Amino acid sequence: MLFGIVFVKAEIISWYRIQEMFRLHSFHMYGVIGTAVGVGMLSVWLIKKFKIKTMQGETVVFHKRQFHWGNVIGGFLFGLGWAITGACPGPLFAQIGSGFLVVIVTLLSAVAGTWLYGLLQNKLPH
Amino acid sequence: MLEIIQKPWPWYVAGVLIGLTVPALLLLGNKHFGISSAFRHICAACIPANISFFKYDWKRERWNLFFVGGVLLGGLVATQFLNNPNPIQVSEKTAHALQALHITTDNELMPASIFSFENLFSLKGLVFFVLGGFLVGFGTRYAGGCTSGHSIMGLSTLQWPSLVATCCFMAGGFVMVHLVFPWLMRVL
Repeated sequence: MLFGIVFVKAEIISWYRIQEMFRLHSFHMYGVIGTAVGVGMLSVWLIKKFKIKTMQGETVVFHKRQFHWGNVIGGFLFGLGWAITGACPGPLFAQIGSGFLVVIVTLLSAVAGTWLYGLLQNKLPH
Repeated sequence: MLEIIQKPWPWYVAGVLIGLTVPALLLLGNKHFGISSAFRHICAACIPANISFFKYDWKRERWNLFFVGGVLLGGLVATQFLNNPNPIQVSEKTAHALQALHITTDNELMPASIFSFENLFSLKGLVFFVLGGFLVGFGTRYAGGCTSGHSIMGLSTLQWPSLVATCCFMAGGFVMVHLVFPWLMRVL
């Protein structure tokens, strides 16, 4: 929930902020993502360095990602969608919460897109 | 205090809070930050249709659905109780560029000329909601993650495929805004 509040309060869910980002007219989104990556990197490094366990006492596991062409093709397609809708998946939910109920249609369409990927997975180049 | 909260939050506050989600989820029980997976779990739970990609125990990933539910609620709380009384500030250059495309900057977070129910059954609605959403859902799953899974979680754990994916997200966005958009807004 805190996450949704951050999304709205820092206007990350705003369609205008995404437009500004892709027009290089504002530093805001680059600052948000850059700081988030920096903090994330530092905390992952600390977890590894001091072998910090989870609350259940388990070792934290990291999965290695394998490169596949979907990273490129799918990534590009998502980029197109990001610029149109002004939202990546997280902010999509926050936009709905903010009262832009028409975004429910976008969400349903995103679920449909994921479903179609599942259907075609074996036929797509990876 | 409330006044400070009501103002739009600066990027470093948001960045730190979002970044802290990575260790928070890991330490809460080896959960890997990634939001687009929620779409997959919704498919697996509601419309698995015997597709192998959706045949797994989605209930074990329930936290992810609670997480996006929380994001939705957070959006509601922030808008209802902590709302910024001032109109949104859009950079002058972007406002001008959008004006040229006949998109006026109003006071809300989203332009009402696009994101309203009246547009739902028009060509505009089809592009902005249906096609846009479809590209987000299909693209993120094909890419194996979105801004959270690849750009934040993936880069935090120094995975080079995530860097490739992030660059492609940006490339797609630039192509859309600079090449497709001007043409699209003329047609719609």
